[in-house]
Amino acid sequence: MSEKNCRILVIDDEPQIRRFLKVALTAHGFEMIEASLGGDGLNEAVMSKPDLIILDMGLPDMDGLEVLKRLREWSQVPVIVLSVKEQEMTKIAMLDAGAEDYVTKPFGMGELLARIRVALRRLSKDMEEPLVQLGDLRIDRAKRTVSVAERPIKLTPTEYDLLKTLAASPGRVFTNTQLLKVVWGPGYEQETHYLRVFIGQLRRKIEEDPSQPIHLITEPGVGYRLM
Amino acid sequence: MTPLDSRADPDALLNNIRQSGRGKLTVFLGSSAGVGKTYAMLSAAKERLLEGKQLLIGWVETHGRADTEALVHGIPAVPPLSIEYQGRTFQEMDLNEILRCHPQIVLVDELAHTNIPGSLHTRRYQDVEELLAAGIEVYTTLNIQHIESLNDVVAQITGVVMRETVPDRILEGSEIKLIDIPPEALLERLAEGKVYVPTQAQEAVKNFFRVGNLTALRELALRYTTQHIDTDLETYMRAHAISGPWPAAERIMVCVSESPFSAQLIRAAYRLAASLKSPWIAAYIEIPRLEVASDKEKQTLADNLRLAEELGAELVTIVGDEVAAEIIRLARRRNVTHLLIGKPALSSIRQFFRGSIFSKILKQSEGLSVHIISEAAKNAPLHLTPRRAPSKLKPIPTIITIGMVALITVLGKLVESTFGLVNIALGFLLPVMISGILWGRYTSLLGAFIAAVCFDLLFIPPVFHFTVSDVRYLFSFIMFLVVAYVTGTLAGRLRHHAHEARKREVRISALYALSKNIAGTEGLETVLEMAAQRIAESINAAVVILLADESGELQVKSCVNPLGKVAINFVNENEFAVATWVYHHGQIAGHGTDTLNGAKGLYTPLVSDDQAIGVIATLFYSNNKIIDPDKRHLIEAFANLIVLAVKRITLAEASKQTYLLQESERLWMTMFNSLSHDLRTPLASIIGAVSGLLEEGELFDQSARNELLRTIEQEALRMNRLVGNLFDMARLQSGMLQLKNEWCDIEEIVGIALNDIRRSLGNRLVDVNIEPALPMIRVDMGLIEQVLVNILDNAIKYSPPETELSLQARCQHNELLVSIRDRGEGVPSNEIGAIFDQFYRGKTSQAAKGTGLGLTICKAIINAHGGRIWAESAEGQGTTITFALPISANSPKGIPEGNGLTSHE
Repeated sequence: MSEKNCRILVIDDEPQIRRFLKVALTAHGFEMIEASLGGDGLNEAVMSKPDLIILDMGLPDMDGLEVLKRLREWSQVPVIVLSVKEQEMTKIAMLDAGAEDYVTKPFGMGELLARIRVALRRLSKDMEEPLVQLGDLRIDRAKRTVSVAERPIKLTPTEYDLLKTLAASPGRVFTNTQLLKVVWGPGYEQETHYLRVFIGQLRRKIEEDPSQPIHLITEPGVGYRLM
Repeated sequence: MTPLDSRADPDALLNNIRQSGRGKLTVFLGSSAGVGKTYAMLSAAKERLLEGKQLLIGWVETHGRADTEALVHGIPAVPPLSIEYQGRTFQEMDLNEILRCHPQIVLVDELAHTNIPGSLHTRRYQDVEELLAAGIEVYTTLNIQHIESLNDVVAQITGVVMRETVPDRILEGSEIKLIDIPPEALLERLAEGKVYVPTQAQEAVKNFFRVGNLTALRELALRYTTQHIDTDLETYMRAHAISGPWPAAERIMVCVSESPFSAQLIRAAYRLAASLKSPWIAAYIEIPRLEVASDKEKQTLADNLRLAEELGAELVTIVGDEVAAEIIRLARRRNVTHLLIGKPALSSIRQFFRGSIFSKILKQSEGLSVHIISEAAKNAPLHLTPRRAPSKLKPIPTIITIGMVALITVLGKLVESTFGLVNIALGFLLPVMISGILWGRYTSLLGAFIAAVCFDLLFIPPVFHFTVSDVRYLFSFIMFLVVAYVTGTLAGRLRHHAHEARKREVRISALYALSKNIAGTEGLETVLEMAAQRIAESINAAVVILLADESGELQVKSCVNPLGKVAINFVNENEFAVATWVYHHGQIAGHGTDTLNGAKGLYTPLVSDDQAIGVIATLFYSNNKIIDPDKRHLIEAFANLIVLAVKRITLAEASKQTYLLQESERLWMTMFNSLSHDLRTPLASIIGAVSGLLEEGELFDQSARNELLRTIEQEALRMNRLVGNLFDMARLQSGMLQLKNEWCDIEEIVGIALNDIRRSLGNRLVDVNIEPALPMIRVDMGLIEQVLVNILDNAIKYSPPETELSLQARCQHNELLVSIRDRGEGVPSNEIGAIFDQFYRGKTSQAAKGTGLGLTICKAIINAHGGRIWAESAEGQGTTITFALPISANSPKGIPEGNGLTSHE
C-alpha cells in the first residue's frame, strides 16, 4: 500500500492540534479526516474506513481507552495514541488494548510521521521479510544470525528471542509485559528485571556505546522499541 | 519643681484607667458605734432608689432598731447564706448571688466584719473588693477604730485593741461620708438604748463610751476624713497635671523586726509617709543569731511585713551582722530622709547592749531625721504571748557532756602525778569546748560548771572539799565559764549561719537549676514537668500545675508527688473550684491564706502582664496551719520563672509562625517573579520569531529561516521542561508522588536521560564512565531519569558551551553513586548548601535561564528513594553534583534464560 493514498482519521478535541496535523499530513500526501468527539470519531471510522487512526487520550465525551475498545470490537485498523508524559499506565493500557503505538505531547512532526510509517508498513506486509536491516544491524531470521557492520554477533537463545521479537516490527513499541510473555512465557509478566538484564547484555553486544544506544531504545515506564 | 515631675506617673495613670472599670466605694464612716451609719446608708439608698437606680441590700445589721428596720422595708435584699460551722448555723452575705444579680449599687454593712470559716474570704472587705472589681458600686459602713493605720492610736486612746481592722488601701479612692454626732448626743442615744450593745460586753462598753474617749475618736474621724479629702484633691490635681505645692521628695524607712511592737512602728511610719505624701520602705535586717527563730517569731515577722506591704511600703530584707551599719548603708543607698526605729522596753542590761545600736546609728546619721519610738510600758499587754525563753538543755547532749567531763576526770586522776594540775585544768576545757561547738552556749556552760566542780573537788587540795586553798584557782573557774560562754556563742552563731546558708543555698540552687533547665527547653510540657518536680523537691509538697487553654479553662498540665512514686492529682472538684477562683482573680488563695482557706492545697497564680495564665497548686504534707513565708516566697519565685518560660515558649511559637508565614510569602513572591519571567522569556522568543517568519518571511534566506525555527523549537522545549518541573513540584509537594519502583539498570537510565536532552546538549561532549557490572537498583525509572535530566540541564546552563561534562556511576559501600560534573564557574562555598532550595538561582549571568526548581525536585525525588544528594564546588573549578541510591541486598542475580515460545522455533 502506498503512503500517498492513505486516509488518516484524527480524533482530537483541540482544533489547534487538528489544524497543525492537517497541514503537516496533507503536505506529506495523506488524506485527513477529522473528528472532535469520540462518538463522532467511531462513526467516521465506520463511514470513511480510514487506514490509520490518530486518537487523543482525553476527549470530552468519552475516554480514549473506551473509544479504542469499541473500535477493536469490529476493526483492526492501526491506532496511534496521543498522550502526555506522566501517563505511563494509560499508555500501557492502550497498547495492551490493541493500540499500535503512541506519541507523547508535545511531539515533533518527524516523530509522528515515523510512527505512522511504521504502522502503515506493518499493515502493508502480508508476508514478513526474513531479513531486517537497521543501519549496520542486520538480523536474518531465516538463518537465525545477527551481525553488526558485517561482523557476526554471538547471542544466547534468550537474547536472540528478545531481539527477534522486537525486530518483528522495527520502530514499534513493545510493552515490557508483551516482551516478557513472548520470550519467557506466561507467568513472567511482572519480572521486568529479566528484561533489564538481557537488554543490557544485548546492548553491550550490538550497540557501539551501550550508555547511548541507537538501536535498542527504552521507553521509560512502557517498554522498548528497536530502531 | 520641673514640669516633668508634676506629671502623673504612667503606672499611676494606668491604674486610674483600670480603676475606672471598678465600682465606686462609698464609706459611711463613724467615730464609734451608734452614730447612725447604717441609718444614713439606708437613707442614701432610698434616695438612689427613687432616682431609679438598681439597688440591693447585700447585708444590713439593724440590731432590731425600729427606725432602721422601717428603712430596710422596700429595698430589695439578697437573702443571706447559711453556713454550718462547728455544728451551728451562721448567716453570711451571699457574695456569689450578688455578683450574679449584678445590681448597680449594693449595700454592705460592717466593712470590718470577719466571715465565718468556710466562707470564700476571711474578711468582708475582701468580699467588697470583689464586688468593686466586678464593677458594682458599694455602700458600706465603718467605724474609725477599725482603720488599720489608726489601730494603735485608737488603742492608746481607748485601751482597747481592735482585732478586726481594714487595710487603708481599701479606702483609697473611696468616697467617705462622715456621720458625725456630738459625744453628748451619742451618750443620750446610748441611754435611750438606741446603740447596739452585745450583752456579754456591757461593762467594757460602758468604759468605752466616755466623753473623753468619744471626743478623741470624733477628732480622729474628722482628721482622717480631711486627710482623705486632701488625698483625693491631690489625685485629681495630679491626674489633671495641675502643679501644686508638692512636698519635697521625702523618703521614709522603718526598721522592722520580729517583735509585735514593730506593727506599731509600721503604722507610725505609714502615717508619717501619708502626711508627707512620700514613698516608704520597710526594712528587715536579718541578724544571724544564737537561737533559731521560733515559729511564733517567724509568724509575727511575716505579719509585720505583710502589714507594711498592705500599707504600701516597699519591703527590703538584708542579711548582716552589723545592724546599725546595715541600716545606715541601706538608708544612704535609698536616699532615705526619715528613719524610724523602735526602742523596745528592755531590761537595763539588754538596754546597755542594744543602746549601742542606737548610738551607732545616731553617730552616722548626718542628714537623716531619726525617729526613735519607744515601746510604751502600757503597750506591754499588746504582746499576745511573751517571748519564751528557749530551753536549750537537751538530755542527750547533757549526758554526753557529763560523760566527757567524767572521762577527763578519770584520765586526770590516772596521770595526776606526772602531768600536774595546770595541764589537767586545760584538759577540762576540752569537753567544754566540744559541747559548745556541738550543742551551744547552755550545754557548754553546764559542762564548764561541772568541770569546775570536779576540778575543785577532786584535784585541788584539799581534795574532796569545796574550799580552795589557792586563790589562783578561782581565776581558773572564771576562765572556764568565760571560755564556755564564748565558744558556745561563737559555735551557735556559726551553726546558725551554716544552717541559714544551707537553706538559702538549697532554695537558690533549686531556682537556678530550674531557670537553667527551662532556658534551654523547647516544649511547654517538659518545662512544666521540670518546674513541678523542682517545686516539689524544694518545698516537699505535692505539686500540680494548671494552665488555661484557649477557652480560658484550666487544664492540669503536670503533677508531681515526691512521696509516692505515682503522680497523684489531688485537685478534685472542690480544689479545682479554688484553683479557678485563683486563676480568675490572680490572687493567692487556699490553705494558709486569707481566702478560701478551707482548701487543702495552696494555690498560687501564674500572673503575666496582670493576666493570670495558670495556677500552681501545692499540697503540704505537714498539717501546719501556717505556711512558712519562705516557702510561699519560693513558690512565688518559681511561679515567676514558670511565667517567663511559658511566655518565652509562646513567643517563640508565635515568632516561628510569623517566620513561616513570611517565608511562604517570600516563596510565593519568588515563584511568581520566577514564573512570569520564565514563561515570558521563551514566549517572547517564540512570538518574535514566528511573527518575523509570518510577516517578513520572504526577506529571510533559508539559513536565517532555519535559525528562527530552531529558536522556536528550543524555546518551546524549554517551556515544556518548565511546565514539567512545575508539575513535578506540585506532585511532590502535595504528597501525591507514588514511586513506581522496579528493578532498573543505571546505564539504561543514563541512556534515556542523555537522549532526552540531546537537543540542549547540542555538540557538547558528555564523558560517560559507568563501572561495569553494577548491581541493579529498585527505583522509579522515570523519576530518576528526571533527576539526571535536571542535573545535566543545570550543568549545561552553568558552564561555558565549549566545556565538557562528565558523568560517573560507581558502587561504594552499598550505595550507587552517580556524579555529574561541569567545568563552569562553580558555586561560592557559602551558597553551596542553598542550591537545593526552592527558587535558588546562581548569581552568574547564566542564571536567568533557570527556574530554581530543578535541583529542589532532584532532592525531593532522591529523598523519596531513601538516598541523598549533595554538591561540591570550588570557585572556578566547576561543580559536581552527586546522588547516592541505596543498593538492596537482594538485588536480582542469575536471570534464567527465556523459555518462551519463540526460543523453540
